[in-house]
Amino acid sequence: MTTLDFATPEQHRQRYLQLRQAAQARAAAAPPRLMDEAAAGLAGDAIITNETIPGGWYWTARLKRGEALRIINTSGRSAVSALLWNAADTSERFNAGDTVKLQWTAVLGRGKLLFSDMGRVLASIIEDTSGGRHDALTGGSTPLTNQRRYGDASLRNTRDNFRLAAAKLGLSVRDVPPCITFFAGVRVDDAGAFVWRDGGMPGEFVDLRAELDLFVTLSNCPHPLDPARDYAPEPVEAIIFRAPSPGADDPCRCASEEAERGFENNNAYLRG
Amino acid sequence: MDTNLNSANARLDETIAARAPWSAVLHAGETLRIFDLEGQQAVDTLIYNANDTNERYSCQDTIAAQGSAYVTTGTALLSNEGRTLMTVTADTVGRHDTSAGACSCEANTVRFGHHTRYMHACRENFIIAAARHGMTKRDIVGNINFFMNVPILPSGELAIDDGISAPGSYVDLRAEMDVIVLISNCPQVNNPCNGFNPTPIRVLIWPGQV
Repeated sequence: MTTLDFATPEQHRQRYLQLRQAAQARAAAAPPRLMDEAAAGLAGDAIITNETIPGGWYWTARLKRGEALRIINTSGRSAVSALLWNAADTSERFNAGDTVKLQWTAVLGRGKLLFSDMGRVLASIIEDTSGGRHDALTGGSTPLTNQRRYGDASLRNTRDNFRLAAAKLGLSVRDVPPCITFFAGVRVDDAGAFVWRDGGMPGEFVDLRAELDLFVTLSNCPHPLDPARDYAPEPVEAIIFRAPSPGADDPCRCASEEAERGFENNNAYLRG
Repeated sequence: MDTNLNSANARLDETIAARAPWSAVLHAGETLRIFDLEGQQAVDTLIYNANDTNERYSCQDTIAAQGSAYVTTGTALLSNEGRTLMTVTADTVGRHDTSAGACSCEANTVRFGHHTRYMHACRENFIIAAARHGMTKRDIVGNINFFMNVPILPSGELAIDDGISAPGSYVDLRAEMDVIVLISNCPQVNNPCNGFNPTPIRVLIWPGQV
């Protein structure tokens, strides 16, 4: 088998430790500044569409590169699971494992990126008023989790919502990979157990800027690790808007050398 | 160690070369053992229902159901249909990752630099192994990384640490239905998942109890 090893094991180790130390230094520093336009609210002429997704339901959208999606946790009690595909080649899709691994963290808040399986950036988290209370580890609800939590497998769930959404985009169950869930406070304790953190605020939101033309689906169902005993999902808002064009100093593009290389991959792809 | 599981009784006993792909079909009740022969060797693994590959391993459902982040003895490896594909019946290491995915040529460029694009990677192995069973890149979902040590800290920090598997460590997986198992004996040398030196592994399959 042909392999190209560029260095000795010790050199590879030193390189890895340098990358890791840089990531740890970034994690210890303050997150990037708020983007003023987003923080101040959306100007009316920036809004392209505005959708209310009822509790338990799903929604699909096409986002053009440069457009953004604001997801608003209207009640403060919702969780919104999401999947993203490259609209030009749906075999390229959100990759939860790469997204956490490439950014050295399971906490995906403002300034972080959602990566595809092809080393490219699907979307940038350009604003997040929840403080990174999102989960890319444990997925969405299923008939099984609804049976266990609420005693009713027939309640609407994220797994089936994603299958329905995929079907309406011309995709199938094979195209439903692991997801990310916004407004789901899942953390891992020292022993490896998952811990649920409440703390949702009414009106909190997250803004995703499309970095390629995308298919997106959202599922508005309670998270499987949310300990609330009642199944009572509230509506959420999904707004597609024209995002400010990223400048050379865009905090998402400049977040890390990994981010810079991800966008270099996007640029090479977009040049065709 | 289950004394019924000695190599003389195995119906398959193979060494998988360093960096190589592998796949097999197991019948319900059979047991697969994966030996980390030299220690610190990540073994990327995917599992499908052999009779309907639309049903496949779900890392997120698996760890959500058990309430903890790592795979070990007793872990039911769940499918996207909420059924148990395989059960981890023995584990001499203690914990294995299922959140950090497989390495790919493309992700390597982001993690380690564009000069690493033409280094062999697990996703290349998975694509080759999946093709033997009529599957494509679309079918490659989040996998299990046996013998790979990826602590997830309360802060969210997640990094691949030095492996904690000693030479001769193993895991046993019992098939709970007929399954296809795909393995990539991880070729990565840019992080510690293989001790910066990919090595061979050994797999054995035992028939179910009659």
